[in-house]
Amino acid sequence: MLVFIVRRLLISIPVLIASSVLVFLMVSASGDPLAPLRANPNVSQSAIDARRHSLNLDKPLPQRFAIWGANLVQGDFGDDLNGRDVRQQLFARLGVTVRLVLVSQILALVLAVAAGVLAAVRQYTFSDYVVTFTGFLFISTPLFWFAGVLKEWAAIRLNNGLDSLFHTERRYIYTVGDKTPDFEGSFWGRISDYAGHMVLPTLAIAAVTYAAWSRFQRASMLEVLSSDYMRLARAKGLPWRRVLIRHGLRTALIPLTTVVAINVGLIIGGAVITERVFNWHGLGDLIVTAANNRDVNVMLGWLMLSAVAIIVANLVADILYAYLDPRIRRT
Amino acid sequence: MVTASDERLVTPERPTQMGTGPEREFTVKARTQTQLVLRRFFAHKLAVGSLVVFVVLLVLSLLGQRFWKYKYGVPDTNSLSQPPSGEHPLGTGDLGEDGLAQLLRGAQRSMQISLLVMVMQTATATLVGAVAGYFRGWVDAVLMRLVDLLLTLPGLALLIVLASRIQAGWIGVAFVIAFLGWAPDSRVVRGVFLSLREKEYVEAARALGARDRRIIVRHLLPNSLGVIIVNATLALATAILAEAALSYLGFGVQAPETSLGKLISDAQGAVDTRPWLFYFPGVVIILIALTVNFIGDGLRDAFDPTQTRVRA
Amino acid sequence: MAVRDMVGDLDAGSARQPDSTAVLEVEDLTVGFPTDDGLVHAVRGVSYRLRPGEVLGIVGESGSGKSVTSLAVLGLLPKTARITGSVRFRGVELLGLRDKEMSRVRGKGISMIFQDPMTSLNPVYRIGHQLAETVQIHNPSVSGKAAWARAVELLELVGIPNARDRASNYPHEFSGGMRQRVVIAIAMANQPDVIIADEPTTALDVTVQAQILETIKTAQHETEAAIVLITHDLGVVAGMADRVLVMYAGRPVEIGSVDDIYYRPRMPYTIGLLGSLPRLEIGERQRLTPIHGSPPSLLNLPPGCPFSPRCPMREPICDEAEPPLIEVDGVAHVSACHFAKDLAAKDVRAEEVFAVTGTELEDPAAQELARLGTSGGSLGPPQGEDSADAPVETSVSGPAGTAQVGRLPNPVGDPAAEVTTEPTDPGSTR
Repeated sequence: MLVFIVRRLLISIPVLIASSVLVFLMVSASGDPLAPLRANPNVSQSAIDARRHSLNLDKPLPQRFAIWGANLVQGDFGDDLNGRDVRQQLFARLGVTVRLVLVSQILALVLAVAAGVLAAVRQYTFSDYVVTFTGFLFISTPLFWFAGVLKEWAAIRLNNGLDSLFHTERRYIYTVGDKTPDFEGSFWGRISDYAGHMVLPTLAIAAVTYAAWSRFQRASMLEVLSSDYMRLARAKGLPWRRVLIRHGLRTALIPLTTVVAINVGLIIGGAVITERVFNWHGLGDLIVTAANNRDVNVMLGWLMLSAVAIIVANLVADILYAYLDPRIRRT
Repeated sequence: MVTASDERLVTPERPTQMGTGPEREFTVKARTQTQLVLRRFFAHKLAVGSLVVFVVLLVLSLLGQRFWKYKYGVPDTNSLSQPPSGEHPLGTGDLGEDGLAQLLRGAQRSMQISLLVMVMQTATATLVGAVAGYFRGWVDAVLMRLVDLLLTLPGLALLIVLASRIQAGWIGVAFVIAFLGWAPDSRVVRGVFLSLREKEYVEAARALGARDRRIIVRHLLPNSLGVIIVNATLALATAILAEAALSYLGFGVQAPETSLGKLISDAQGAVDTRPWLFYFPGVVIILIALTVNFIGDGLRDAFDPTQTRVRA
Repeated sequence: MAVRDMVGDLDAGSARQPDSTAVLEVEDLTVGFPTDDGLVHAVRGVSYRLRPGEVLGIVGESGSGKSVTSLAVLGLLPKTARITGSVRFRGVELLGLRDKEMSRVRGKGISMIFQDPMTSLNPVYRIGHQLAETVQIHNPSVSGKAAWARAVELLELVGIPNARDRASNYPHEFSGGMRQRVVIAIAMANQPDVIIADEPTTALDVTVQAQILETIKTAQHETEAAIVLITHDLGVVAGMADRVLVMYAGRPVEIGSVDDIYYRPRMPYTIGLLGSLPRLEIGERQRLTPIHGSPPSLLNLPPGCPFSPRCPMREPICDEAEPPLIEVDGVAHVSACHFAKDLAAKDVRAEEVFAVTGTELEDPAAQELARLGTSGGSLGPPQGEDSADAPVETSVSGPAGTAQVGRLPNPVGDPAAEVTTEPTDPGSTR
């Protein structure tokens, strides 16, 4: 096992380096960071040249890459177009995004496993059709549209409805931001404030994620249910529930585990749309703004952070898979 | 061997010495592979229904504008922001443009992009997967490292980054989406080719002197057609959603063009004041993606019905 | 289409009364599977009695319903299956029991060995764990350590070398033959009264088959269980069974002792089965006598005997009425053929029965041989042959259900000559 892990780790390094090259090339090719300045008639040519120099754009590409890479390895992500430290921004927003995505995915996972198992065990019954159909539905729904619908129905109308019913001024479900700015209140008040802000975005992401995973889990479970070792387990005298969980679920969860692990790797970019819709100031919001502004350093830093997360997550997924399925421990 | 043409009756031989008795022939019609697949597909009512709906949507989006009296982008100051009515079944927008015309135009764009993505993505994935899976060795290693590399890059973010640059209109958008989507599919195709190439008929063909290209095209491709087609349908579904997301964020289709995603984006603020501008495009996206997904599912079952209803 | 059959029994007396000495009684079992095309009648009235320590061989081709019968006994059929009849284990009715109660019987009263050892074991659990699991489920008071020790002991019993170490292995580290031994070990772990072996050797190499049969015999010795041995291979049955039940199209067509079936078959299908065995004690080349045609669809069985389309002795009555099991040689030997008595009168050979119409044999030499009936293949005791050179058991692997070589019980020689043991290679995997 140890050899397996070490091998995978070693392979990750060149992959990371190759990723960084690719990322750098793509970002460099993706547009001229000076374009907004050039388009602005108020900006003098000397200012443009100065900016050009500060961004190292006057140097040849490989050299730019080397400079950037060297800085990166030391932890220096550079400054953004407004002069603020990129790394600081990245990590400040990291917490916001991670909070959102992690909770959504946990929720989605629990629901997906339950639904997938239910649908598989009761294949072709009403429960199965419901689970399958909702899965299909959410997979086919554009997230931003669904979020918009949620905002309208699960928040605004709900709040208005609760208002008229209970005559309070409080809002329970929020649609903007991850928390109320300048919040004054108790610890529990703060928690409920966070929660109120989290409900909708979490639901939105969870719904779409649940859809994909439940289908997957259902298929995996179905395959396992018809396997011979399930039959043998029953023939041994194990009661059905025990067979289902110890032999069925245990084996059926393996593929899903890797899918989930890999999905966690996408955490950085996992909430781009949701953050836009609900005005959260997380990483997803950051990349959209940076792309709009052609903020090279931010884009580079963001993409590298994401690449690291993905590579690490893939590594964990591989290890997890080998741990759960002894058949593949050979290599 | 079953021939590709008409049905034959296959009967068991019987001894000549036989009394006349009730008809005991075990009649089986011989069918081709294609016929079997089609037969299984059409047994899926949901998939068939979805196919019908999808075709309707396709025709409407690609050709519908010709037959509708109102045209895209034509303002009408007399009917600003009207709710749906007999005259304007989908209402009107800020400038009095007809809602249905907007929708038709947006759907056309989205469809065009998605279809193009489907073709490009599937072609690339099939080509790469087939070559990697068939030739193996260093070709496979190189190609798969490339695929892995592409997979380490976060999809949406890269889409955003790249799309902000490409100014080549909707074709550019399609290109970007396809560029980032083919990698996972190629893995699947590769897997299929890897297992198929070990089959005996490949060995036989090689022993008979068939060259690689012939083996790939005549033997392996037809047998992987199921996987390829299913992949294509999924690509279409994801493309529709990806394009919508891109356009919503402002990186996809730009004004004066429009797409379904852009229509929703434009109507965001008006969810409660002018809901008709917001809901209809979303419903159309859902319909397209849903029907395509159902069709893909039906196709998957038709090509590989490993799960039978009753397990003996 | 269930036919009320008489059950063959070693005792005289009415078959309908529950036999208190029988450990397993199956009476008029039918199983139907609803499908899109209709109800598939997989089993249409099977009855048999199993006495303690007895070995019953159930023989039939694919689709005859032999496996489904056993799965019905253990309650392992899907919920959609429609089962009627009665299955009594030690007098207790099993059909209709809830899963919880049935679980107590499975693995302890009745256990099962499945066909494909490569997929029967759960790949993510260790061998020892899977063995210990069955011990602990029926003996909750047994500790983990004790259960593991018992697992090792069982592995030794079935002939796994280095049992203590191997118990910590995973199934994929075992070869097919060894996995099947593990499955047998699981089956015998709790000293069952009945072991059902469903085609235990079909998925294995021929060199391994003999060993597995040996292992099953060991299991029998250790547990003193009765065994139901399901197979399509008459050779396998010859070496082990006391009685044989031949199945066709979902129901028994002949039941009798091993000798009855091999030397005095009274149903054309049985004769055909025996005739399609190549015989090696004959020096000359001999054409096999196949049974032409395929088994009928179990969806829409026409009236009459299901074998009649393929039967050379077919008469109009065969298409009108399905023959019941009638006694041919006393109560212990029954056959479902309208002309069983005729078959009893002559001492028939397969080539004669099946080639009597002469359409299948194209080779004139073979036809000549068949007519003369001298090419051997006699079903009776060998006349004048030197049975001291009893041929060693070998096998010709072929499509299941057709030319499987079996070694026929030679009353003079020892019917169970064995082959060399498999080269042991603990690390080998497939």
